[in-house]
Amino acid sequence: MLRYVSYFKGLSEADLAAVNNHVFEKKAARGEIIVFEGEPSDAIYYVNEGVVKAYKTSADGKEQILRIIRPGDTFNDVPFLGGVNLATAEAMSPVVLYGIKKKDLETMVHDYPQIAKNIIRVLSHRVEEMVNLIEDFSFRHVHGRVAKILLENAGNGGKPRLTQQEMAAMIGTAREMVGRSFKNLEAEGAIRLEHNRIIIANRAVLLKIAGLDE
Amino acid sequence: MPGLPVIDQSKCNCCGLCVNICTRGALKIEGNTVKAVPVEDPDWCTMCELVCPTGAITCPFEIIIDEDGN
Repeated sequence: MLRYVSYFKGLSEADLAAVNNHVFEKKAARGEIIVFEGEPSDAIYYVNEGVVKAYKTSADGKEQILRIIRPGDTFNDVPFLGGVNLATAEAMSPVVLYGIKKKDLETMVHDYPQIAKNIIRVLSHRVEEMVNLIEDFSFRHVHGRVAKILLENAGNGGKPRLTQQEMAAMIGTAREMVGRSFKNLEAEGAIRLEHNRIIIANRAVLLKIAGLDE
Repeated sequence: MPGLPVIDQSKCNCCGLCVNICTRGALKIEGNTVKAVPVEDPDWCTMCELVCPTGAITCPFEIIIDEDGN
């Protein structure tokens, strides 16, 4: 199993066997919180089965998903040397995880320098993901562009149906940003979400948000 | 009848992630195929689309105008 974990790529069979002594298994049911944001971070986890979501929650209860972690990927690895968990991780299905205590990982880094290189690669990728998300939040006026797409594709049956992924691709942003925009537009009374239908409830408001009002 | 997620069987590798995360039981594995089935209390959370590693499952939205919405 460990050979597939990005942290341990390039290690010999003997080294992997030694590392394996520090691995523990953890199972969680759907909806179970695996790590809580803000609590001391004591382990990293590898998803062997199931799906985990990492998210932040605002003071008013809004959830922003940061990552979806599928089998083969790790999470809770950014506070590598301890500190606190940066996000909450919740099982979206029954999951089987393999964990390594951070104090053990720190020892491994000393014993197997290859692990340090792998960790740098993983953390670089995490930073890249976060920078892309910050770019979306900061510079791309996603909210208005989603409003424009909804206006352009509203048709009471005459227009193609669109997924969040397709809308995200149309405006060059992440899928998560489209979902977030839906919630904001609904809160502003511009649209209503009813199952698989987006109903434009107030065209004038939506036009204004899209920057298309006269 | 509310819509169902759309599954592209040519992309689906039947990993079952979507089936396991669906809280409504709207996705099932039959043989080696994932199928969407109507349920009494459907949702459109789109989480199956989000977790699918191959992009085989999609949850498209129909965009309509409320005629009372000016």
